[in-house]
Amino acid sequence: MREVLDQWSFVLAAYAIGVGATAVMIAWSWLAMRRAEKRRDEVRKR
Amino acid sequence: MHGFANPARFLRIARWLTPLCLLAGTVVAGAALLYGLLGAPADRLMGDTVRILFLHVPAAWLGMAGWMTIAGASVTELVWRHPLAGIAARAAALPGAVFTAICLITGSIWGRPTWGTWWVWDGRLTSMLVLLFLYFGYIALADVSRRDGGNGRVAAIFGIVGAINVPIINRSVVWWNSLHQPPSITVGKSAIDAAFLWPLLAATLGFSLIFAGVVLARMRAILADTQAEARLRRKAMVQA
Repeated sequence: MREVLDQWSFVLAAYAIGVGATAVMIAWSWLAMRRAEKRRDEVRKR
Repeated sequence: MHGFANPARFLRIARWLTPLCLLAGTVVAGAALLYGLLGAPADRLMGDTVRILFLHVPAAWLGMAGWMTIAGASVTELVWRHPLAGIAARAAALPGAVFTAICLITGSIWGRPTWGTWWVWDGRLTSMLVLLFLYFGYIALADVSRRDGGNGRVAAIFGIVGAINVPIINRSVVWWNSLHQPPSITVGKSAIDAAFLWPLLAATLGFSLIFAGVVLARMRAILADTQAEARLRRKAMVQA
């Protein structure tokens, strides 16, 4: 028996995981950078 | 090259280059993915699942390019003692690991409707999984080395030795029987139709810019942490 799969479910799942992971990585790296630079500036001011 | 060894000069450039890379990369990759999802035609054999190509291939390329960045920066760190090279290598590890994981997951999702299986232990898939484990090992080694105040030499050697896996990944579909197709794009020629090739190249450019932006952001974060810790240590020594 031949299994029939909805191809769009696979496409959307791949896009959701790929785009989601990339977006989280960008946001995390940007926020970590801002946090680290803010901490460095505060240490300099002390 | 040594002109960029100065962290102050690097920061002057990275301050405007980081948001530019991230913004341009997001726009270009976003447009390419949107076209891939809605505009590109379905493939004669693979149907609509061919759209996963626009995510899977750039992720695979960046997974391997990430490790070559680590290896190149590690050589620069060991041979020329470039002060930013070790930081660049550490910064490239996380985006490299993320893109390798995206490649493996999207490949697995693509494999189910195309090959009839989520996973096979063939040369290409296994060597790509090994690359992900190498990234985990490198991240752990670099982290331990930083916390112990080491010079990062062990992590740099690991980065160089691990590069042996990249040509194995690249040639795996030629050397061993595999469900994975042979290379579609080689130097100077392509077996991919223009309707897929141009958006694929645009997606690769967009994700490469995102990769560069994330590496720059992480380098700035590591540099800022190092500078803050050095200043705190100096203050503690003065007070003691």
